[in-house]
Formats: sequence, C-alpha cells, structure tokens
Amino acid sequence: MDIRKELASIIVGDLNSRWPYATTFLAKNDLEIEDDPSQKLSEVASDELLDQLAEFIIEMESFLSDDEEVVDEITIFGGNCKNGEPEGVRELTIRVGEVICIVGPTGSGKSRLLADIEWVAQKDTPTGRSVLINGHTPESKWRTSSEHKLVAQLSQNMNFVMDLSVEEFLTLHAESRQTENPEEKIQQIWNDANALAGEPFDLDTPITSLSGGQSRALMIADTAVLSKSPVVLIDEIENAGIDRQKALDILVSQDKIVLMATHDPILALMGDRRVVINNGGMKSVVEPSEEEHANLVDLRALDDRMMKLRHRLRMGERLDEV
Amino acid sequence: MKLVTVSGPPSSGKTSVILKTLEHLQAQKLNVGVVKFDCLYTDDDEIYRKGGVPVKKGLSGALCPDHYFVSNIEECVQWGKREGLDVLVSESAGLCNRCSPYVREILAVCVIDNLSGINTPKKIGPMLKSADIVIITKGDIVSQAEREVFASRVHRVNPKARIMHVNGITGQGSFEFSTLWTDGDEVETVEGKKLRFSMPAALCSYCLGETRIGSEFQMGNVRKMDLGDTSRQTSDPMTSPKESK
Repeated sequence: MDIRKELASIIVGDLNSRWPYATTFLAKNDLEIEDDPSQKLSEVASDELLDQLAEFIIEMESFLSDDEEVVDEITIFGGNCKNGEPEGVRELTIRVGEVICIVGPTGSGKSRLLADIEWVAQKDTPTGRSVLINGHTPESKWRTSSEHKLVAQLSQNMNFVMDLSVEEFLTLHAESRQTENPEEKIQQIWNDANALAGEPFDLDTPITSLSGGQSRALMIADTAVLSKSPVVLIDEIENAGIDRQKALDILVSQDKIVLMATHDPILALMGDRRVVINNGGMKSVVEPSEEEHANLVDLRALDDRMMKLRHRLRMGERLDEV
Repeated sequence: MKLVTVSGPPSSGKTSVILKTLEHLQAQKLNVGVVKFDCLYTDDDEIYRKGGVPVKKGLSGALCPDHYFVSNIEECVQWGKREGLDVLVSESAGLCNRCSPYVREILAVCVIDNLSGINTPKKIGPMLKSADIVIITKGDIVSQAEREVFASRVHRVNPKARIMHVNGITGQGSFEFSTLWTDGDEVETVEGKKLRFSMPAALCSYCLGETRIGSEFQMGNVRKMDLGDTSRQTSDPMTSPKESK
C-alpha cells in the first residue's frame, strides 16, 4: 500500500533512482517517460497501470532481498509406525547430491514420508516425525510460501497439458521463476533433455506431441534447472526411451536431493542408500553392498534382454526362442 | 463452531478435497458438517452422507446462486449449531466468476485445478482474489513446471493467499490443509457480518423473466459493448456503456 501511495506522488525524474526496473516495466506497458522529469508519474500513467506497477515492485523487492539460504541437508527424526510403536530409523540425514531410494509395499507409508518432508513436519503430523533443514528448525516460509516449495515432484502419470511449443513453455516457466539468463537456461534444458531422450526433438515441437520418453526427459531437465525446490521426488522412471542413470546425474549435478520411490532393482541399486518403509514407519536404511553393485552388471544384461524381446514383439516376431 | 467457506469453479475438486480434509478432523473426534449450495442439480450430498458427514443441500434454481447463498447462510449456521458441529463447511460453485460467497472474518477457501488453463486465475475474479487459502488440485497429472507456473499465476492474482496443493483422490496435502481449519474464530452467528465482495448489480428486464431480444425490451441496468461502430450505439446516457478495461 505504501508503495502505491509513493507512486501516486512520485515525480518522473525520481522514478529511476528509486526503482531502476520501473521504467522498463512501464516501457513494456507502452508508456515511455522521458519528457519532463518534474512531471508527476500519476499524470501520465493510469491508476490501473500504477496498481500493476506497485504489485510488480513489491514482487521485485521481495525477490531481490531474498538472500536464499541454500539447503545442504535435511534431517528426519523418526516418529511412530501406524501401530503406535516407534519406527526403526531414529535419525536420517540426507545431503545434497545424494540419491535415496524409497522401497516398501504399496500403502506402507511412502507418501506420508514425502509429505512429512514437504510439510517440514514438527511432530505435528500423524507420524510424529520432525524435520530439520541444515541442522536447525526450518523457517515457516517452507510451509507458507508458494515460492519456496521444498519438494518438486515427478511421476509417471504426469503429462504436459498446455498448448505451447517446448520453447514457449520453457520461457513461461523461466518467467514465472524470475530466472536470470532465461535463454541460456532454456538452451541448457533442451540440450539435457535431448541427451536423455533417445529420439531428439526441436524447440518448436508442441509439448503435448512429445513422446512419453521425450516428455519425461524434458520434465526432468526442466525440474533440474528451473525448479527452485531443493528436493526432487521421483515416482519411478520407466525403463523406456530415457537414460535413467543420466537423468539422476543431471538432477544431482544441479545440487538436488533426489528421493526416488521405486520397485525396480536397477534403479534401486543406482541410489546411494535406500530407506525401507513398512507399516507406516522407516524400518531401516540399507547401503548397497559390493556384491549388489557387482550384480548390477548382470541385472542390466537381463534388462537388455527383456528390451530386445519387447522390440521383437513390436516387430511382429514370434518368441519361440528367447 | 468454526465456519469455513469453500468455493471454486465446477468440477475443480471441491467435494473431494473437503471430504479428504474432513477425514482428518473426524479422526480427531470432531463433529463436522457440510452445506452444499448448487444451482440446478447435485448429488454431492449423497457423497458426503456416505462419508458419514451430516449434510444439507440448497439448490438456487432460477435465483442467482450467490444471492441465494447469502440469504441462507445464517440459517445454515444455526443448523450447524443445533447439530452440535465443531466445524461447518459451506461449499458452493462459483458460476459467473463475478461473485464470491466469502464473509469477512470467516476462513475463505478457493479450490481451482491445474487443468483449467493458465489464464483461469485471472478470469475467476473475486472468488480467487479475496480468498485466504487457494487450494490447487489435480497436480498429480500435470508436470512440475506447469504446477509452478500455475501457482505463480495464482500468486499474481492473489499475493496474500496461502497457496497449497491438495490431491482430492489420494488425499495428499489434505492433512496439512486440515490443520488450518481449526485456526479460525468461533462463530455463533454470521448476522451483521459483511460479505468480502459486493454481489453484482442484476436489475435488468431479463432478471425479471424477459425473454425477448431487442433494445425495446431492455430496461434498467443495461450496458452495451463498444464495438467501435457509432451509428448503432444507444442514445440513452443512462444505459450507454461506461467501458472499463
């Protein structure tokens, strides 16, 4: 409100020194001001435009003053299982750059764990867990502000619904995030996505006509680069049309904490650790052993064999011999 | 008793979100109830009853649904009190995007879905603009980027509101949402309280049942579009357009 009042009385000559970005905003809205510096802004701009300018200034100020605390690690303190007994894992710290797999039967409480992280639970959710960010009790902005979402989410059911080209879509996302150097970021996302997807796509391809693999690749690259959320939750990555190891590498290279709910042995072994969920609680944390890692080679060979069989089916061949 | 007013465009997921949220309050042994307002038809009252939630339904029929809401809300509050409710929810669909059923000092929630298009937040006006909490639904089927873009569009229209994502099918986010429902003041009556936004002036001949088309049948608060063609504009200064952008 105060900014709006100030705008009502400010003279054109003072505008630029007060808010350097205001002139650009007005120029974008077809208002050039240069003639008479002693003229009041309210004489040349409509009330509606001044309202919009005030809103823009408030947004810019909050954006510029935001000395973001970088999230380096998240600590989860265990609470209770569904039956009221304390869960097995009492304390779990996850650091940036780690890939944590979450395994457990359907309905075992995987979603609740992720919800507890997203809501930065403070013993005030059904599990009684508490979550610390960088070792201390988090600021309330992680709960209240839509700009500071702790968790970004990617799942197999997600689709693009907007009627835009890849480039228009990324531009829109970059704008909404008030990203610096949007062109560079868009180029980077497009390159990354094409490296992930087997079949390349153009910047002017409509996002709704991307194939499943291309969509997933674009979603991953976009989330890695443009989303500000430090934690990325992935609900499986299907084993078709996308390089899964590279997908995780891209996310990790952008300083994300990656949580991945999966039942896929290969994906599970790509993680640094895996959390086993049972009966609503974190039962244990398993670190992959040397033997498991050695088996990854065999698992990939198996996987490769299945893929080849699928390909043969598609081509109309019989599977008399496998 | 706490009162929560929930509104939002048709099929945005209001009923599902309310039901999932009420489950958490029922688990805390709170008595909850719903008043469902609609225009011509609803079977949502059955859905609430199945969820063990006492419900009353009001169909506005030929009347403006939001006017109907205001004319009945006090009686609904008294019904809730007689039922011994701890939390009463009013659910209404915003139909003309011009009204909002929110009352000052009463928790106001707008439910809107990710699939409705990125310009929708701008279109739905006071229902979104004057809400305390905006719930965005159907986030499980669109990309992270689209959720972020959509939330930022909502934020631009209503910078003061708290924006939350709730999934009406899985209930994701509904527990967190439910913790905000018991924050508000106790409500004994809404008599004397004021709407947050005035309802539209609707006093033309068509409000009174006129069906014929043509200037001579148009009386009262009539406004003409400016089509840039001066030869056909109305001459009556009382009814000529005051164009607003």
